[in-house]
Amino acid sequence: MMITRILEWFGRLYIFMLLAFLYLPIIIMALMSFNVSPFYQLPFEWTTDWYASLWQNDQLISATWNSLEIAVIATIICVVLGTAASLALFRYEFRGKKLLQALLFPPIAIPWLITGTAMLIFFFGVGIGRGLFAILLGHVALALPYVIVVVSARLQTFAPELEEAARSLGANQWQVTNRVTLPWIMPGVIAGGLFAFAVSFDQFVVSYFLSTPGQTTLPVEIYAAIRKGFTPEINAVSTIIIVVSMALMLLTARFFKFGGEK
Amino acid sequence: MAAQGAIASHNGLRKALPWLAPAYLWLTVAIFLPLSAMVFFSFMTDLPLSGKPWAFTLGNYAAFFSQSLYLTLLLASLRLGLEVTLWCIIIGYPAAYVLAKVLKGRSREAIFLLVILPFWSNGLVRIFSWAMVLREGGILDTALNAVLPFKINIDLMYSYPAVIIGLVHSYVPYMVLTCYLTLQAIDDSLIEAGRSLGASRLQVLKRVIIPLSMPGLVAGAALIFVPVVGSFMEPRILGGRTGTFYGTVIEDQFVAVFNWPLGAALSFILLAVVLVILAVASPVLKRAN
Repeated sequence: MMITRILEWFGRLYIFMLLAFLYLPIIIMALMSFNVSPFYQLPFEWTTDWYASLWQNDQLISATWNSLEIAVIATIICVVLGTAASLALFRYEFRGKKLLQALLFPPIAIPWLITGTAMLIFFFGVGIGRGLFAILLGHVALALPYVIVVVSARLQTFAPELEEAARSLGANQWQVTNRVTLPWIMPGVIAGGLFAFAVSFDQFVVSYFLSTPGQTTLPVEIYAAIRKGFTPEINAVSTIIIVVSMALMLLTARFFKFGGEK
Repeated sequence: MAAQGAIASHNGLRKALPWLAPAYLWLTVAIFLPLSAMVFFSFMTDLPLSGKPWAFTLGNYAAFFSQSLYLTLLLASLRLGLEVTLWCIIIGYPAAYVLAKVLKGRSREAIFLLVILPFWSNGLVRIFSWAMVLREGGILDTALNAVLPFKINIDLMYSYPAVIIGLVHSYVPYMVLTCYLTLQAIDDSLIEAGRSLGASRLQVLKRVIIPLSMPGLVAGAALIFVPVVGSFMEPRILGGRTGTFYGTVIEDQFVAVFNWPLGAALSFILLAVVLVILAVASPVLKRAN
């Protein structure tokens, strides 16, 4: 009994050490974005100058807008196409269904370096070229499988008899979908949408290969800035990104159980 | 009713198609056709678009096998993938165990969320945050010198360990997540049964817990190993000159050297290696289902 207690105590300590490892660099970065010294010198002196100068940096601002626009449009497209595909995969039986479901995994499993370079080659070959439109095409393709997987998981908890009941009460297909099925799977659809937004907003590798100097996204712009040299402005913008994406994830967790306990 | 069912099943594809087509057309245009185009391009001498003459060639693949540099870098990337995966198992598995079997209720839920939360924040930004910690005169250096009575210089920046630390930090939540899911599914009574039959803690761990959580370990390992072998941004930022790996060489072909056909061949070789590894891992995963 005593040994069990001690082991459990060690276990808790261990988890806190892991959390420290995971969060320390992020916390330090956030702190340094409020520090006067551009070379991260201590003692710490409070300032919000770096955030102020962020507002003057037109390149970063326009890249941020690009990122947001692409993420919003990609999310809408992914949610519509993904929900439609999930419903079809759930409702109908046909040959090749297994294959279609299996085809969702290559985009998730293949390293983005390979997908990104392949997109660059193909889009160049067919005349789409690089730029924001190419980035949008790529982001939707990367996020779509996640949306289909998440919405399909939610559909697994749906009883098809409910659709039957609505139909026998005289509802047509459209009414059944709108009034019965969609409300039930809404948490899955919202979680899928938040997923898609996160995948697109945080996407670096694919955007990197598909962007041009004028048409670029925030992560690509940050990468360029890091390679040119550290500036505290990057700390500031990075801190904002981390806060935004973590908030998004917390929101997603509210709509979708990841632990699979429910 | 039965006849209707038969017709529905017969017409299944026709009915499903309008709902499925947009999503799968998009995936075809943006994923499957590009991957095919990459294979095609890897057999060319030059891009056919620039107006320059081109021909089919095996030269790009010959380059991989004739110049030992590429093979060396591929092996270095595979080694990097292996080391990062092992560290993630060593660090992540015990944490997953504590989460699944020691913590209970709300505190478990909250800590689980805290562990996987950073994973969903921007990877590039997290790698960059390590640069601040690891460099000379950085936080680690300053903190250690403030505590220790003697002066030491810690400059891990632009070194192999820095790349390992950054990558482990990025990928360890994957391992915690997959292992947690399988560990949680193990019935506590199995562990108690083992203990009451006289097995030591270590024996229960070896004979019961680890075998039953193997699918989670393998899934986590595959999810970590594959992207790490293809990583290029992390070695570039944290590794500097020592950060040349297979991924960075592919990146160079596309953004610096502009030898796209060679880049395509190198990418395709990486894809083949990745597919072989996933194929080896998949039987273990299937057995779990």
